[in-house]
Amino acid sequence: MIVLQTAVLFAVAIGGTAVVFAREPLRQAMVVGVYGFILALLFMVFQAPDVALSEIVICTVAIPIMILLALAKIREHEEESD
Amino acid sequence: MSFRGRRALFLVSIPVALLVLVAAFAGLPDFGNYSGVYGRALNLIAVPQRHATDVVTAVNFDYRAFDTMGEEFILFAAVLGLAVVLRSMREEHRRASHEADEEHKFDEPSSLLRAFGVLLVGPVLVIGLYIVSHGAITPGGGFQGGVILAAALLIVFLAGEYLAMKFVAPHALVEFGEAAGAGGYVLVGFGGLVFAGVFFKNFIGLGDPAHILSAGTIPISNGAVGIEVAGAFVLLWTEFLDQALVIRGK
Amino acid sequence: MISFLPYAVAAWLIAIGLYGIVTSNNLVHLVVCLSVVQSATYVLLLAIGYKTGGQAPIFADIPVGTTAVDPVVQALSLVDIVVEATVTALLLALAVQAHKRFGSIDPDDLRPLAG
Repeated sequence: MIVLQTAVLFAVAIGGTAVVFAREPLRQAMVVGVYGFILALLFMVFQAPDVALSEIVICTVAIPIMILLALAKIREHEEESD
Repeated sequence: MSFRGRRALFLVSIPVALLVLVAAFAGLPDFGNYSGVYGRALNLIAVPQRHATDVVTAVNFDYRAFDTMGEEFILFAAVLGLAVVLRSMREEHRRASHEADEEHKFDEPSSLLRAFGVLLVGPVLVIGLYIVSHGAITPGGGFQGGVILAAALLIVFLAGEYLAMKFVAPHALVEFGEAAGAGGYVLVGFGGLVFAGVFFKNFIGLGDPAHILSAGTIPISNGAVGIEVAGAFVLLWTEFLDQALVIRGK
Repeated sequence: MISFLPYAVAAWLIAIGLYGIVTSNNLVHLVVCLSVVQSATYVLLLAIGYKTGGQAPIFADIPVGTTAVDPVVQALSLVDIVVEATVTALLLALAVQAHKRFGSIDPDDLRPLAG
């Protein structure tokens, strides 16, 4: 159990760094989805299934959709102003 | 301040901040040695007192129901703010361009996407309803189930047309649903005040634990919050979608 | 070492998220880095409530009285996750509005609103 927790904690730290260093918002939407999964795995290992369920549902569905919709709206404004 | 100046200032001050943070964390109990009284007491008395086997949901909707009401209204206010910002933008756009924007035509989704969408909408809806209704028994509850219900409507949009999603979830109905969920939750609190003398007190008869109709007012609160969260997220996505994509005629 | 690792990871996530916010050149990227900082608080809360050898606080199939982790911090975290997603949506709407007003989503190009 301790080995598992240590491994997932390191994976969370690496995942958070990856989210910050993905400068393109489009790529960042995908990385955030994966980061959400790793975070949910951490919450499961910490014996918190409710929180893991909430994290999966938000970070893999709601956040990427909102990033993509915001980007689409921004691109539409750019195309119209040209 | 230029980018370089900003970054230099940050790199100088973040070690100091981290030092203070680490010193603060060192005062916490060691990882794995949780010794708080409140949590241990709740674990022992939640099931006999409230007949709810999921202690986390019992804490959210019964012991600390007032805080959840506050959080729910944060959600309501954020959606309100977003609707105000995006709708005022849409009005300006409409005045500026004089274009009819009732019709939105997108490229046809591929038939594989359509097939998956049709297959998935039903099960996702059922899973969402299951998680909302079994909040007091197994991990789940109104918040998670509400987002899953909203995702089912999103599948309708992805696999079909934007107009299909608008048909299934018209604006007025979604707004009414969200407000009804928020209001319903406060009504449960007032029911506790009226029937039992304390705001948000559990006043319905508690059934057997691990049955679906147990734990008093918790399933009702769960349902209200589920409706509100689902309505909030559908409203968010339709606000973004209303003018998101370029109008392409067929 | 294991006894301090979760707190160290939480502190690292706060620091790296703040670095992303400070050095961002895209408003949408900035908002997502903010959500990384928020996830640090969830890790911290759950690490405080963890008890070695404890089970999840769901007593549907284990008898009442087995050692379980703290349910209060889990209740706080799970509501917080859903609410912060909505606030993130509001921030993204403000970013779209800023792009419409100023023509770019670079934080360095934003000027004070006038008129």
